[in-house]
Amino acid sequence: MSQTFAEKILAKKAGLDYTVPGQIVEIKPDVILSHDNTAPIYGLFQRMGGEKVFDPDMHAIIIDHATPAPSTKHAENHRIIREFVKEQGIKEFYDVGRGICHQILVESGLALPGEVVLGSDSHTPHAGVMGAFAAGIGRTEMASIWAIGELWLRVPESLKITVTGELGEGVTSKDLALTIIGDLKSDAAIYMSVEWHGEAIQALPLSQRATLTNLMAEMGAKNSFIPPDKKVFRFLKDRARRDYEAVYPDDDAKYIREVKYDGGSIEPVVACPHSVDNVKPLSEIRGTHIDQAFLGTCTNGRLDDLAAAAAVLEGKKIADGRRMIIIPASEAIYLAALQAGYLETFLKAGAVIESPGCGPCMGNHMGVPAVGEVSISTANRNFRGRMGTKESEVYLASPAVVAASAVAGVIESPANL
Amino acid sequence: MAEIQGKVWKYGDNVNTDVIFPGKYTYTVSEPAEMPKYALEDLDPEFAGAVQAGDVIVGGTNWGCGSSREQAVVCLSEAKLGAIIARSFARIYYRNCLNNALPAIVCPEAVDAIENGENVTIDLENGIITCQAGKFSFPPLPEAVMEIFNAGGLIPYTKKRLSESN
Repeated sequence: MSQTFAEKILAKKAGLDYTVPGQIVEIKPDVILSHDNTAPIYGLFQRMGGEKVFDPDMHAIIIDHATPAPSTKHAENHRIIREFVKEQGIKEFYDVGRGICHQILVESGLALPGEVVLGSDSHTPHAGVMGAFAAGIGRTEMASIWAIGELWLRVPESLKITVTGELGEGVTSKDLALTIIGDLKSDAAIYMSVEWHGEAIQALPLSQRATLTNLMAEMGAKNSFIPPDKKVFRFLKDRARRDYEAVYPDDDAKYIREVKYDGGSIEPVVACPHSVDNVKPLSEIRGTHIDQAFLGTCTNGRLDDLAAAAAVLEGKKIADGRRMIIIPASEAIYLAALQAGYLETFLKAGAVIESPGCGPCMGNHMGVPAVGEVSISTANRNFRGRMGTKESEVYLASPAVVAASAVAGVIESPANL
Repeated sequence: MAEIQGKVWKYGDNVNTDVIFPGKYTYTVSEPAEMPKYALEDLDPEFAGAVQAGDVIVGGTNWGCGSSREQAVVCLSEAKLGAIIARSFARIYYRNCLNNALPAIVCPEAVDAIENGENVTIDLENGIITCQAGKFSFPPLPEAVMEIFNAGGLIPYTKKRLSESN
């Protein structure tokens, strides 16, 4: 029976020949991800009568949402997590400054083709960039996996996105993902598995592909998958923690919906306040005042994102009265950006560089906007209040557009600087 | 699980968790038993005072979209609502329903046929909804999820499984 990626991998994990959408299976995930919410999940785990976790080697725990601790309350939360990790013998623990959880899973070879990753974070679908089945779950569910090692999953319907041709000059995977979310709208993929196919996707480097799987959470997706190819296998060569076996959809698998895009037709776009599907061409939004530019996050804080921004900022200055915050998505990216000279470019341009983590993305700290201010950001969400105050506006764009806007003081295309 | 029988409360598409359980109560009302008082407050002010054990909500597409707050399910499961039948559910809402032992049934044909205020019967084990317009079937919940239901939700279920394995 022909199957989509989701149908096939869930069948494999459940020990079945095949599955169909709507079917419920019980599976043991290969990797379970939790971050700063590890401490409250621990509380739920204890309410269930949990003492020792089912398997400490399933866990990947990364402190990233508020790091280094912005308050004593946050620091206490971190302390509980460190104690928990030590007491349970969990090896894959990444303390403050190591990076953002989704980036760490990929970089550390923990998210592998043909494996199942469940995370108590809504952007867990990110790990689908490596060919894993990766989905976000709730805290109670995570606590239950800690206790009994497995969870029920509903086999999702699948949406197939095919992108032919290639993206044009100055067009990034961020523009592609935002264009599609703008067209299909934010409820288009609820409870679905979103598969990416076509030569325009294969041509993208892994870092740009990750922006696609990451952003599918904003269309309601359960998971998102890019068929792993040589680029993935090469990347994993000295990183993969275990042997793995990739799973691919059948050519004649049945999808609930198929959409096709010509990569060459995509142009730079901006997601405007206050929803990710409120997408407009950059050419229409140019000239909009900004107070702050933020480059970073799991969506666009990787090395080639920093390189794109450095190319724009080289020899230029952030506009008067504006500020730019830059946060590499991991320690490894930070070091590589240092060695490549990007950090010097950023500092000379007047930008502020902060330690790896989520930063101001969800309004915790490290550069939240004031009431009435406007931000342009490389993140994945621009909901009202997302960056800390309901009385501020957030625009989402690619790294080069964010950097160009910091220089111009208004939303601007790098081509017009 | 016995048959579910009750009166229908029918609503439309894209009913979000803000109107099911208003955000302003999320940090002030923390006792599950207190939550039914505020259920559907911003959608149907009459609901909370009149809902009876076993009643059934019938919704359109994307029931429970928006914030993932679990209170939007608990305010209904604590009210002993019998089930929610909808064309589709927002993913996390659907999971929260099953994990709180509140049947969430996807059955577009039944949604079309059922009238507001009529009485319906649901046979969960065999997957049959009976209403004035006739009988409609839906895929019954598999054993794994039925066990969570019968235990009263995921917390008691996990607790039970842990104590059995020790």
